[in-house]
Amino acid sequence: MSIKQLHHLLPGESAKIISFHTDLTLQSRLVEMGILPGVEIRLMKKGPFKGPIEIKVRGYEVALRYKDAMQINVS
Amino acid sequence: MDNKTPLIALMGNPNSGKTAIFNLLTGMNQKVSNYPGITVEQRRGNAQLTDTCAVQIMDMPGTYSLTPESLDEKIVAQQTLKWLNGIDRPAAIISVVDAGNLSRNLYLTSQVMELGIPVIIALNMMDRVKNKNQNIDSKELQKILGVHAVVPMSAREKWGINELQSELLNVITKANIEVSTHIQMEIPKEIEKIISPISEFLYDKNNHDNYITNVQALRIITRKSALELYSECENLTGAEIKSLTLLRDNVAHEIDVLGLNHRILEATLRFEMLDNALKDHTLINQSEIKNQSRSERVDKILTHKWVGPLIFITLLYGIFQSIFTWATIPMQYIDSAVGYLGNYCVQLFLPGILRDLLVEGIISGVGAILIFLPQILILMFFMTILEDTGYMARVAFMMDKLMNKIGLHGKSVLPLMSGYACAIPGIMATRTIDSWKERLITIIVLPLISCSARLPVYTLMIGAFIPNKPILGFLNLQGLTMVLMYFLGTVTAMVIAAIISRFIEGKGKSSFVMEMPPYRMPLAVSLFRQVYTRGKLFVINAGKIIMAISIVLWFLASFPKPESDEVTFSIQNSYAGKIGHAIEPVIAPLGFDWKIGVGLITSFAAREVMVSTLATLYNVEDEGDGFVGITEALKNEVNPLTGLPQYTPLVALSIMVFYVYAAQCMATFAIVKNETNSWKWPLIMIVYMTGLAYIGSLLVYQGGQMLGFT
Repeated sequence: MSIKQLHHLLPGESAKIISFHTDLTLQSRLVEMGILPGVEIRLMKKGPFKGPIEIKVRGYEVALRYKDAMQINVS
Repeated sequence: MDNKTPLIALMGNPNSGKTAIFNLLTGMNQKVSNYPGITVEQRRGNAQLTDTCAVQIMDMPGTYSLTPESLDEKIVAQQTLKWLNGIDRPAAIISVVDAGNLSRNLYLTSQVMELGIPVIIALNMMDRVKNKNQNIDSKELQKILGVHAVVPMSAREKWGINELQSELLNVITKANIEVSTHIQMEIPKEIEKIISPISEFLYDKNNHDNYITNVQALRIITRKSALELYSECENLTGAEIKSLTLLRDNVAHEIDVLGLNHRILEATLRFEMLDNALKDHTLINQSEIKNQSRSERVDKILTHKWVGPLIFITLLYGIFQSIFTWATIPMQYIDSAVGYLGNYCVQLFLPGILRDLLVEGIISGVGAILIFLPQILILMFFMTILEDTGYMARVAFMMDKLMNKIGLHGKSVLPLMSGYACAIPGIMATRTIDSWKERLITIIVLPLISCSARLPVYTLMIGAFIPNKPILGFLNLQGLTMVLMYFLGTVTAMVIAAIISRFIEGKGKSSFVMEMPPYRMPLAVSLFRQVYTRGKLFVINAGKIIMAISIVLWFLASFPKPESDEVTFSIQNSYAGKIGHAIEPVIAPLGFDWKIGVGLITSFAAREVMVSTLATLYNVEDEGDGFVGITEALKNEVNPLTGLPQYTPLVALSIMVFYVYAAQCMATFAIVKNETNSWKWPLIMIVYMTGLAYIGSLLVYQGGQMLGFT
């Protein structure tokens, strides 16, 4: 499977997180919520006008900003 | 408090239901909601386990980890570092875990288990797991982790709490409980070697065992904030901080050279440990992502690109319109009851100062405020529903982009909306916003959101001067004016935020990561309890502050009495009259007379006091023996110079605009001082809000006159 960024996923599409290059504070926040390389996620929804992106991970739902999703590589 | 009462700490992720469990254990009544991070302060309460045995429960703010990021997380991290060093150690920790969300919740639990304090897992929200026809093997979970106990429960359905109590009793009555965790992170030898300079530093300082020292070292490597916190808690000297920082930077670099990421090292190792420990247990592992939850299906509509915002706006409009329309009938009842009581007292007692004080001062002043109770209850009712269903988290989701454009944050929406009830809890709620700059801007503009204390002022002015006319068939001019006032405050808050965000320096980038809690039906009990709590607060306030001010004001308005009996008493010559007349030149350009001026002064205690002030002034002034209703009094007031009505719709509008903007509630600024740790921001707020109020009213009144309105 090819590598792309989280925001490229279509609603309903699943993928595995490969790595991220987001700002440092955000990285720490994400991993503590269990969003780290190797974890399966599913994109649930994209907000309007490049608004937040909602994903499902580890059985719960969480929203991220679009620009942060651009920094997360998935495959 | 008795020092021997054992202390129990309640910890858990945001929105895992800690506060609900706290309430069940202590019988207290703290605010519970379906919005992550609503508990921002530590709270303590006593819980009676048996007739003779009580414990003190400490409810800690929700946090995802013991690495500090936002303010409330720092509080928790600080506390646990102290415990680790043996200061104020609790007898046990209840780790509250959302059963529907195990693997993420257990991350914090596993960190907490390393403190060497007995841990009881409260496996909360089991009702939701059961509703999905699933189960969790709690015995198995207890064995895997090696915690003291795992208690399946539902704080919402109120079961499992007895079992939790007996486990607590078990822990505190047994002497020397052995704390043994069954899971530990596997720190590869290679990494252990790299971090050893830090571990050695820490070991020299604290003498903890090898594993704990390594965990501490890992945590210090992950973030600068963890290092800062450690230095603070351990009172390191400047030189020590310098050398530890140097060690940390070197180690972090070495780890990155290995191709790892030092920031996520602890989390990676820890989740590896948890995932491995749980992976073979089908009754425990539930990290599925494929199934569409009911919330997800509901969200297809509620947070839809176009429909979502439309629904939100309609909801808001509906709420404010209903505050005005639904409350009319109960308000009329209270109004006539107050009038009846006043007139009854007039007949019951002999004329004299005491009767005047009672009727003109207390009954009219306090009664004028009680009338607004129904509106405040309706407002609280709707706000609670929006929060408890989980809808507010979706609003934060939808609004983040827009809020971000004006220097605010998606998480600013809930504090701002709480501001419709009262600015003070709103300002407290800003603690959930991670970035300081966005938090500060939210605090600065929050008092512009019309709080429920303005409601009495708006209602009085609208009821007296805005005609009750239908517009476009389904709207109503009075309701529309009300909505317009709320709109004015809200829009101004947005504009001010956009302006000041250009001038405030921000530390660190802002991000938005927010858990979307599942939708839940609000529980009637908790809904009515919150409405009741708010209502009680309002009535107590009316009983204390407003009664005190009404009494003082009555004296000021009634004295000095003229020296000879031949001169009739005129309120113009009273102390209140003199004060009002002194400030009249300043406020005359806004269309305000001296009575309004007195109201502006008393409003510094609380905005709604304006209404009771006018009520007291008119009742003192009235020469007849009856009880004067304030709406009629306002309508009948005549300007002594022109002979025309003193108050016109334009004056009413000018007064309302003044109240939208003015900095009047002292309690708000005291809280801002607390939250920002300086007088600088409250002073800036007072200056800009007063300026806005004056200019706004001036424009309305003078502009309106120029355009020929009255």
